Amino acid sequence: MTPARLRRGLLSTLAIVLALLWVFPVYWMVNSAFIPTARLDSFIPTFFPLPGTVSNFTGALADGSFLSALGMSVAVTLTAVVFCLLFAFLAALAISRFRFRGRTSFVVAVLVVQMLPAEGLFIAQYKMVASVGLLDSVIGVSVIYIAAVVPFTVWMLRGFVAGVPADLEEAAMVDGLSRFGAFMRITFPLLAPGLVASGVYAFLQAWNEFTVALVLLPSDAAQTLPLWLRGFIQASATRATDWGQVMAASTLVAVPVIVFFLIVQGRLTSGLVSGAVKG
Amino acid sequence: MHTMRRSRVPYLLLVPAVAILLLGMGYPLIWQIITSLQEYGLAQQFGQPAPFVGVDNYVTLAANPQLWLVVGKSLAFCVLTAAITMVIGVGLALLMTGVTKTARLILQIALLLAWAMPVVAAMTIWIWLFDRRRGVINYLLDMIPGVEMNRFDWLASPVTFLLVASIIVVWMSVPFVAFSVYAGLTQVSDEVLEAASLDGASGWQRFWGIIAPMIRPVLSIVLLLQLIWDLRVFTQIKMLQDAGSASGDYDLLGTYIYKLGTSSQDFGAASAVSILVLAITVALSWFYIRSLLREDAA
Repeated sequence: MTPARLRRGLLSTLAIVLALLWVFPVYWMVNSAFIPTARLDSFIPTFFPLPGTVSNFTGALADGSFLSALGMSVAVTLTAVVFCLLFAFLAALAISRFRFRGRTSFVVAVLVVQMLPAEGLFIAQYKMVASVGLLDSVIGVSVIYIAAVVPFTVWMLRGFVAGVPADLEEAAMVDGLSRFGAFMRITFPLLAPGLVASGVYAFLQAWNEFTVALVLLPSDAAQTLPLWLRGFIQASATRATDWGQVMAASTLVAVPVIVFFLIVQGRLTSGLVSGAVKG
Repeated sequence: MHTMRRSRVPYLLLVPAVAILLLGMGYPLIWQIITSLQEYGLAQQFGQPAPFVGVDNYVTLAANPQLWLVVGKSLAFCVLTAAITMVIGVGLALLMTGVTKTARLILQIALLLAWAMPVVAAMTIWIWLFDRRRGVINYLLDMIPGVEMNRFDWLASPVTFLLVASIIVVWMSVPFVAFSVYAGLTQVSDEVLEAASLDGASGWQRFWGIIAPMIRPVLSIVLLLQLIWDLRVFTQIKMLQDAGSASGDYDLLGTYIYKLGTSSQDFGAASAVSILVLAITVALSWFYIRSLLREDAA
């Protein structure tokens, strides 16, 4: 074996070891989710879930709070995704199809707002939402989510809209279509992948969000899934945690996210650092 | 490109986005700036008018040693965690360039899975892994001869508490760094690298002399985002506090503000600290935003 090939072999082995190390927590979640509580309580960990059980899943789902949290998460996420896409799409159209006074200021504002952390604004957002009586409501938390996600979505869609040449639209207009008709028939279908990617991004943000939900949804009945999941850990301070159930619950929350994430992953990286790579 | 200068269309298109941003971010931001200049405590929660006190909240905070402790801890946490994330992330990206296709794919899938985990789910897993009595980490460490880790409580002292938090944040952030840097590396041509290795440059020299300068834009932006994200870390600390101790010794800026606002009901002080966090964030972000603006102009 040549030294170069030996080196490659060693590095590949190292890569696989690191991969196993990195994926271990995820594996451990799924593994623990299928192990009966009695075996999890033993001081010697079980490394393979066979023979497995689904009792942890049924246990985690048994009390009605999961369904109510799921309903809340779906309502908040849908609201946020739909309005975020609509608003961001219109704005992306404006900044990529028109040159107008104030355009640069708007772009700067979008980029600055995108960096503002919820962790620096939640006190004020709480106060605002509470003062209009919208704590524990879908509307209150959705408004904050839309505002938080719109900036990056505008930025992402701007790239897609700019990617569809305006010439195409103009050619269609020469052929007798109205401006609006040309847009709907030509540009819009070409934008579908961009809308899907942005929509999934908005979905992930709203679905996983914890900080704002914690502040704006104080009552148990209005919990979203992340708050519901946190409830398991919170309870651990007062009574023994049923780790099998916690891991089953985490698996339930994580699986849809992982699936959607894999769909948009490529776009997210390129969206965040594009331009940086080109230099 | 439509260049109708007098057209009202673009403004109409912007109305919904601007309106929601003003409502969700603008109004709270302005309220917060104003409140940070007011006395806004428990009495004001019950309807008393909030008197303007100028920069009193800031002066009081500046004189508060606890705040400086929290700021210091947050900055140290942020810088160390971001640095470790960068080293591991860049290392993995370099590793991806030198391994077989299969090995690279396996590593990428593993990283993607970690990256995709919702933060709250990731926290429950790690709290379970670090569990004092039945956690697999104590079990494995305890098997090392001479290491006595049985029932070691990681969350019982601020140092190991923050170490655990840092490990978790690194685990979650490395994939983004690794993928971004790897994307940057694939743009460095093989010829350049080969020429360098013919010149007899060692791996270390090759990285600092040739590769790092070529991917500097990616490196700096990724580092910047890590610093910003690690400074505002909240969910991880909050959930570790749920599982361990919530005393002030375990606070970073995010949880410190949260407690000022919720337990102490001192909105004036909470707003002032928030403004501090926002100011640091915006200052750090400026470089990032400038590079994005350059992209927009292109």
